[in-house]
Formats: sequence, C-alpha cells, structure tokens
Amino acid sequence: MEEKKKKQRIGVYICHCGGNISDYVDVEQLRDIVGQEENVAVSKNVMFACADSNQKEMIKDIQEKQLDGIVVASCSPKLHLHTFRGVAERAGLNPYNYVQVNVREQCSWAHSDHPDQASYKAAGLIRAGIRRVSSSEALTNIEVKATKSVVVIGAGVAGMRAAIDLARMGNQVVLVEKEPVAGGQMAGKGPVFPTNQKGQELVDTLLGEIRKLSKITLFTSATVDKVTGSIGNFKVDVRVNGTPGEVMSFPAGAILVTTGYESYAPKEGEYGFTEGSRVITMKEFDKLVDSSNGSLSYQGKAVKTIAYIYCVGMRQTKGENKYCSRSCCTAAIHSSITVHEKFKGIKAFHLYRDIRTYGKNEILYEKSSKLGDTYLMYQEKEPPQVVQGKNIVNVKIKDSLTRKRELELDADLVVLVTGMVPRKDSQDIANKLKIPIGSDKFFNEIHPKLRPVETVINGVFLGGSCQGPKNITESVQSAMAASAKINAIIRKDTLELEPIVARIDAEACTWCGKCQEVCEYDAIFQIETNGKVVASVNDPVCKGCGICAPICPADAIDIAQYTNDEIEGMIDGFSQQVDLNVEKGKSGQEGDAGGMKDFPQIWKSIMEDLLEEPKTIPQIAASLQQPSELVTWHLMTMNKYYIVESAGIDDNDEYFLYKLKNQAK
Amino acid sequence: METKKSPRILVFSTDKISDPGIDQAGLRKIHYSPTVYTISLPCSSGIKPRWVMRAFEQGFDGVFIAADGHECSYSSRCPEFTNKIIEECQKQMTAKGISPKRIRMAAICSVCAEPFASHMANFTKILAELS
Repeated sequence: MEEKKKKQRIGVYICHCGGNISDYVDVEQLRDIVGQEENVAVSKNVMFACADSNQKEMIKDIQEKQLDGIVVASCSPKLHLHTFRGVAERAGLNPYNYVQVNVREQCSWAHSDHPDQASYKAAGLIRAGIRRVSSSEALTNIEVKATKSVVVIGAGVAGMRAAIDLARMGNQVVLVEKEPVAGGQMAGKGPVFPTNQKGQELVDTLLGEIRKLSKITLFTSATVDKVTGSIGNFKVDVRVNGTPGEVMSFPAGAILVTTGYESYAPKEGEYGFTEGSRVITMKEFDKLVDSSNGSLSYQGKAVKTIAYIYCVGMRQTKGENKYCSRSCCTAAIHSSITVHEKFKGIKAFHLYRDIRTYGKNEILYEKSSKLGDTYLMYQEKEPPQVVQGKNIVNVKIKDSLTRKRELELDADLVVLVTGMVPRKDSQDIANKLKIPIGSDKFFNEIHPKLRPVETVINGVFLGGSCQGPKNITESVQSAMAASAKINAIIRKDTLELEPIVARIDAEACTWCGKCQEVCEYDAIFQIETNGKVVASVNDPVCKGCGICAPICPADAIDIAQYTNDEIEGMIDGFSQQVDLNVEKGKSGQEGDAGGMKDFPQIWKSIMEDLLEEPKTIPQIAASLQQPSELVTWHLMTMNKYYIVESAGIDDNDEYFLYKLKNQAK
Repeated sequence: METKKSPRILVFSTDKISDPGIDQAGLRKIHYSPTVYTISLPCSSGIKPRWVMRAFEQGFDGVFIAADGHECSYSSRCPEFTNKIIEECQKQMTAKGISPKRIRMAAICSVCAEPFASHMANFTKILAELS
C-alpha cells in the first residue's frame, strides 16, 4: 500500500454555480473558514467552477503553488468528476488526488428551505472533502491487454448484423444461437415494410455474408453456460449441441447481447383467445397469410371480414406491460395491406386505442385508410367484447370517436395485435452477465440517450430488442452502434481501467478464505509471500464493489479511494465544529413554497387564490383579473417547481384544475 | 447557531443507484433535514461496521443505509450481505449501549427522490423520540 503521508498543500474551490449554490449557502464565509485550515494552501470562490477560465486558473494554481490535492465544492460528482480529474491531470497532479464535494444537489437545492442550516451542512461537507483528499493516494490506471474477439449472444437480425460488422473490422466473432437455426423472430415474418422483402430473405442475405467471413463462427442450438473475466479478457463458456452437449470456452474482449424478445402470448380467454377458436395472434395470422394463395381461409371457411384488435397485452395501466411496443401498429396495418393486395374482397376493421405509425410508417396508415379499412377507437377501460359463435366471431366495441356508440360486427377471423415482451430466459442471461434488468423486465442500458448500448458492466453491450421493443430498422441501428463502440474499445492493444479495486494488506492477512468465498467475480486468489499464505487480487477482474472488505476478520482489505482513512476522515469532517455567522432567514424563509427565493407577486396571488379550493386557469384569471395567458405562463412555472399540482379535470371536461402541492385536504 | 437540534443522520449511499436518487431529491427541491450527511460508496455491502461505529463516536444520532436492494449491479446477494453488516453493527452498538434502532436500511432507487425524503423524515422522527 502507498505512503500514508497526508496532503499539506490543498486547493479548495467553492462554486457559486451562478446563484444555484450561493443563493442559499454563504460561500464567501465558507471560503474564509476553510482557508484557515492548516493544510489548505488555496481557498477560492468561483462563479462557475466548470468554466474554461476557471479550469485554466486551477491549473495555474496547482503548478505555481505546488498543490498536492484539490477539492471542488460544486455540483454532483456525476456531472463533473471527470472534468476536474482532467484538470488535475493537465496540471501534472494525479487525478485521484481530486475530490468533488456535492454542495448543490445534496445541499443548496435540498435545503433551500433552510438556507441558514445549509451553510452549516456545506461547511461539514467541504471539510469532509478536505480530509478525504488529504488521505487520498496517487493511483495509476490498470492496463489490460484486450483480446480482439467478441462473443455475440443471439443470432437474430441484430446479432447477425453486428457479427458481420465486427468481423469486417478485423475481430474474431463467436455468434451463439439458442435455436437450431439462425434468424430469430425475423425469420418467421412475411413481407416487411418498406422493401416488402420477406423476413427469411433478409435472414438468407445476412447468412450468405456470414458464410463468406471466416472470422465468424456460428453455433446454433448453443447457449451461454458461464461468463468469467472482465473487459478485454472475458472467458465465455458455450454449451454446444444442446443439453448436455459439450462446453467450449472462448476468449472475448467484449460481449454483445442481442437476445431479442418474445411475442406476447394472450391468456386463455383473453378476447376469446383459445385453442381452436377463430381468434388468433398476429404471428399466426402472418404465417397464414404468407402460406395462403388465391383465397384466404381459416379452418376450412373463407375469410372475408377480419377484425384486428390492437394493444393486446400492451400499455396496461394496471398490468405488467406498461409500455407501448412501438412496432405492432405498423406491423398490423402492413399485414392488412398485404392481405388486400393478395386477396380480393376482404373487409378489415381495426379496433385500436391509438395508432402509432410513426415516421415513414404513416404512409401505411394512409394507404390502408384509402383501401377502405375501418378504424374504430376503444378505451382501455372498455375493451371490445369478443364472443365466439359458430364459424363466426361476434365483436362489440364502444367507439369512443362517436360518443361511445356500441357497434357490433361479425368477423370470420379476429387477429390479436400482440407486442413484444421480454424473453423468459432474460433473467438467466442477466445473472450470468450481471447486467441489470429494468422495471419493464428488458435489459437496461447505462443511459437511454447518452450511453444507449452500454451496460454498467464494462465490456458488455446491448443490441436490438433485448433492450426494449424495436422494429427491424431500429434493431439493426442499435446493433451497429454497439459494434462500432466495441471495436473502438478492443482495437487498441491495451485498455485503461479505473484503479478502484480491492487491496490486501499482506501483513494483516491470515488467509481464512472468506473474501474469496464472497467474491462473485473470482478476483481473489491465494498467493504465498515470504513463506505466508495470503489473499491477492486480480486487479483487472476486480469490480471494486468492496463486498470482501467488511467480511475480513483482520480488516486487511480496503478499496482504493474508499479506505478507512478516507471514509473515517469524512465522518470526522462532517462533525467538526463550525462557527458561522448566519442571519436566520437571510435568503428564503422556512417553509416557503418550493424554496423559491424571489417569486413574482402574481405567484403569491395565485397561491392565495388556490388556498380554498382547486381552480382552473380561466377561474384564476377571472378572480385575479389577469389575462389567462399570463396566468398560464406563471402556473406552468409553478407546476415545474412543484408549488402547484394538477387536481384532475373540471366537471365540464374542459380544463385542468390546479391545487397547491402538499395542501391538506 | 443551530436553533433546534435536529438529529444528525449519516447516510451511506451507492455511486450508481441510490446517490443519484438522493441527488434527484435536491434537483426537485424535495426537502429533508439539513443534518443529513451522505457518503457514497460503490456498494452497500462494502460498509465496514467500524465506519458506522465511528459515526456514533462522532455524535451522529443515526446511520441510514440507502441500499440498492435487488437492483445492485454487483451482486444478487447484496441484500443478504448488507443485512449481515447491519446485524454486526447492531451487535457492536448494543455492546456500547447504543439502541439498535439507530441504524436503518431501505432500498433507494435512482429516481427515488420522494421515498428518500420520507425515509429521512421518518428516521428523524424515530431518532428524536429515542433521545
């Protein structure tokens, strides 16, 4: 372990954040108090710490005043930890001798209702930061050699596309498919929009390319058995030739998960769905259409009238699948058009909740309408009633576009437009790869917009609809994005990993094996040093979770950046006595609405007006004798700041009612 | 110049899940006691009982573990490990005459702003009653 020398020349920068912090926290006084600490060489206020000009000034300070640690008290580290680590690095200071203190999200904003006490808390937080940085160690990133190979799990359209791209970029690819043939859900599809190629044709095109690429090995009837290792050097055990089969191990620099989805399976009796009935799923219907020629018939009877029921199993306010499956509206309408083009004299009724043919797909909706398809809208609360008769299905719907008039139709066939649900085996994959599952039960990316194909597990990526409903185009796009991302990482010979790992104090360790037992990543092993058996850590494999640390009876384990000195120093820092001279209620008042400092007079009037009962915007405007646009504008701002909230709709179904938030009933 | 002594609470949060949830409380100006201090760690299963004991030595009235529960990205056994740590802490606390009620745990997700604030309000109340 490193030198235990405490830092002596620390630089502290306390940010105003343009008022976000300084409106509530007395940053000037804190600067002066902190500046008196023995080991603080520089203590400054800055308007915006993240501003380029300040970063340059920090670099100058670090170099000229030979600072050995820096603390920036500003926003959450999630925003600017890396910004200031970069500043330290550019100034020649080790980036791990930098500590960010969160005095915005966890202080000025959280306690804007108690600005006098927020300053006390900020003092504690900053002093904790100073103690933490004073015990911080200079750390070096871990370098690992990267294997230029990728294991892609799932050979649907996303997996096949990604495999081709990765191989063309020079990587070895092992493509693992659970089913006996590649192609996934796409293989079973009839002609798809907009090219009208059949799913199988697309699969054949991709398979043709895969055959030409010697860098791809495709295993069908194969499953992932076990995954060990970490980014750059995973080892993936694949069970080939079914169960029990045979297990083969492959090295991988990264893993791409493209396991896809399952179609929602209607429950027995859902919209009359049952074995042998004339109610079938979209998937079965597509197969029927694709295999019929000349005329369309089902169970020996000609099909002339078809009723499509949308959103089956999807967008359930109370059920498990709350999301919209995105692709099913388009798929159903496309199938309906295909039916018209293939067979004559068919009537189609679309019983929908909302039509979501976004983007170019809208063309299909227009086309289907022009072909004479009838669209009837129903509400989730009053779903269509389906009764199976002899060779006919009776469907009743309360059409919400004609004031819920009850309409009735006899259909030869009812098609349940079902969406995508997560695969039943996704939990198994999640367990093996340690990737998180979201509340919708699909796999979770780190950030839906900023890091859409990465998972919290370094080196494990997502592509296609295992992440949530996607159409073929979107699946391919995400798979290609993941391939590019993977290639950018493993094409370099060495990878740099954060050195936040467990370290063993060999002197204190007496090898009891408890740390090894709890480590799920097999990062801990036994070594012999100076004739003594002790634990040791395989740095690139260690995730730095720290689970092994409290288990150790000898307290011989700590995690870099989270050592006893650092954490206990923070606790001491929080508790240090602070003498602040704060006027109570200097800014803001206890219990003021939402902690807003200087809200306009009209807010006060609106709040007074809402004291007695919830009101609509026109009502407030009338009582304040103000234009309703002005009231709307201010009310929306108050809504945004959680001062007011919606209280339902008025009796005429015309306007939203608003009430004060936290108002007693 | 702190007028009324609100119980001091030390929160152990997690870098990836519960700390962002606590950040969100601030972002949305959902208030909680200003005598709540947070230390963020990679995982709640990495909390050493000696840190908890240090907090009590330094005058904290309670320790709250904002855990990831089953959402933990490191280990599916996280709730089990964290529970064991709490049991060990309670053993040490009882030996020192500190009520085991002064340590609490709840799963806080990355958008659990309101639940966090209400846990703090609740714990503040419990601690005020204990002293």
